[in-house]
Amino acid sequence: MEEIRIVNISKEFDGFMAVDGVDLTIKPGELFSFLGPSGCGKTTLLRMIAGFETPLNGNIYIGDQDIIELPPYKRPVNTIFQNYSLFPHMTVWDNVAFGLKVRKTPLPEIKERVSEMLDLVKMSDQHSKYPDQISGGQKQRVAIARALINKPEVLLLDEPLAALDLKLRQHMLIELMNIHDAVGITFIYVTHDQGEAMSISDRVAVMNRGKIVQEGPPDDIYERPSSIFSAYFIGETNLITGEVIGIEDEYVQLKCPMGDGEFFEIDSTFHFKPEIGSQITVSLRPEKIAISRHKPKVEDDINLVKGVIEDILYLGSHTQYIVTVGNHNIRVFSQHKRVYFDDAALDWEEEVWLFWHDTDSWLINELPDEDRMPAEGKAHFPKFKKHSSVLGDRI
Amino acid sequence: MRRFTRGQFFKGMNLTVFTFAMLFLYIPILILVIFSFNDARIVTSWKGFTFKYYLQLLDNVAIRQAFLNTMLIAGLSTFISTLLGLLTALGLENKKLKGRRGFMGLLYAPLVIPDILMGVSLALLFNFLSVNTGMWTVLIAHITFCVSYAVIVIQSRLEGFDYSLIEAAMDLGAKPATTFFKVKLPLIMPGVIAAALLSFTLSIDDFIITFFTSGRGFDTLPIYVEGTIRRGTITTINALSTLVIGFTLLLVVFTKRVRKSLISTF
Repeated sequence: MEEIRIVNISKEFDGFMAVDGVDLTIKPGELFSFLGPSGCGKTTLLRMIAGFETPLNGNIYIGDQDIIELPPYKRPVNTIFQNYSLFPHMTVWDNVAFGLKVRKTPLPEIKERVSEMLDLVKMSDQHSKYPDQISGGQKQRVAIARALINKPEVLLLDEPLAALDLKLRQHMLIELMNIHDAVGITFIYVTHDQGEAMSISDRVAVMNRGKIVQEGPPDDIYERPSSIFSAYFIGETNLITGEVIGIEDEYVQLKCPMGDGEFFEIDSTFHFKPEIGSQITVSLRPEKIAISRHKPKVEDDINLVKGVIEDILYLGSHTQYIVTVGNHNIRVFSQHKRVYFDDAALDWEEEVWLFWHDTDSWLINELPDEDRMPAEGKAHFPKFKKHSSVLGDRI
Repeated sequence: MRRFTRGQFFKGMNLTVFTFAMLFLYIPILILVIFSFNDARIVTSWKGFTFKYYLQLLDNVAIRQAFLNTMLIAGLSTFISTLLGLLTALGLENKKLKGRRGFMGLLYAPLVIPDILMGVSLALLFNFLSVNTGMWTVLIAHITFCVSYAVIVIQSRLEGFDYSLIEAAMDLGAKPATTFFKVKLPLIMPGVIAAALLSFTLSIDDFIITFFTSGRGFDTLPIYVEGTIRRGTITTINALSTLVIGFTLLLVVFTKRVRKSLISTF
């Protein structure tokens, strides 16, 4: 098994840099994801690895071999297409056998390997059906079998689950992971769905505007986003800007304006040393914040701010509160655990205390810029002014 | 008494109009078929059943020759124009091709130019080049008008073509030629067959253009029929037409069969 090295690769479409100088190394056997909003260049990058697009410059190595000059049919990679692209005029069996047939593999071997592959994806009993006679999930399995039978070095998956419904998607995600474990080859997975990328990948590259914004294991990207874009694109977050007013051991103190001349202070651990007096951003995940109507007794390493509940959204597994602190709207996810909160449900326009650990406020050396926000991140929540009809009537 | 609803009324109207339209279409053909068995020289009265016109047909060397000519021209022009049409349609697939729109316009022209104009212009051309009219000029003329239809039919099949299938084939290791013959051609085959059938029908059917380009001594069936009717012997023509209708019906049934088997084998 070989490592894949992408060296300074770029692709231009009519003056627009779809992929802009990407460098990337993918380890052998890894399940690696390209994650980003539509138009970020992730699919173009994948298509360059497959050989369907010619890059402007740069190289792609599989092991020591530079594959950039090779046509798609000579590359040791296979692709799962977004719409599966099964050959409609061939049966499931013929679809799976296609790769071996065009390589003039002897028939007994084809038969053996096809039945092996169909067993792997649990489609043996459907082998004589045509693609239009099987379901979306089954097509997906056939597409996987058809690609894997060629024993590629790398399997490329282009938004493979996008066409499936939610339940099936979750099921196929687990199945893909099992198949990855079973065959052990490198998978490169392209998706705009951060949930998919987080749950399936060994490592993720977050892409925006043709560039890799951040690269690393999913938890690393979630807990330690290096930029506002990756903080915003993966999961939900609150962004609070403030001025650095003090640095002490591993803590930094921020003074955050509330818009009305007042300030609140946030302590944060830091992983880079900001300058005193500089403006920086804190990313604060909504689930890290605790909420209470009573002022808690807190230690030194806990941040505490007071706000007013602006909106309440009951979401089943948790409730989302939008709490106004000055001119900031801070989102808080609170899970429904009665052991923690024995008081009655919080009410709209109620004064509440928000508190979280210093280490949960994560510093980003950037200032928010509306233009650079991923569209998916800028979610608008419907306002339930009469939240009592959502909560009160039922509970 | 129950009153008709609006829907029922229109349903009834539709059915009536449809029935009359069908009668209008098929009664003349039916009359022709019936009179091909009529033992009389004129079509105005029924004088009894006979097969003699069919026997006369078989004895008639000129008709046999005309039939063979028609089939030869239709077969050759179908083959050549379908092949040319396929290649043209594939060539025009490239949307960035220079002069693509202009060329498409030229392709559509034979569809709208009146046959008589095409016939006359072809006759003038052959005359200008001092080519002796005959089989070859008829063949060239037929290819000229069939190829436009063939291109358009095949193009419509290519229109909705899913090019990711081509990428899939290449991805699986198929070289361009293999990809074409194993994936692309089978998928556009229904279009190619439709183009061939259309060309065949157009060629068999054509009178005007053939009339201007055939010259003396090379008759196709339509030319022969016209000549005979002008001389007044309509009875053998009835029999001939009945045979042609039978042949056409067979062709329709065959096409359906072919289409069914195409769907299942490809």
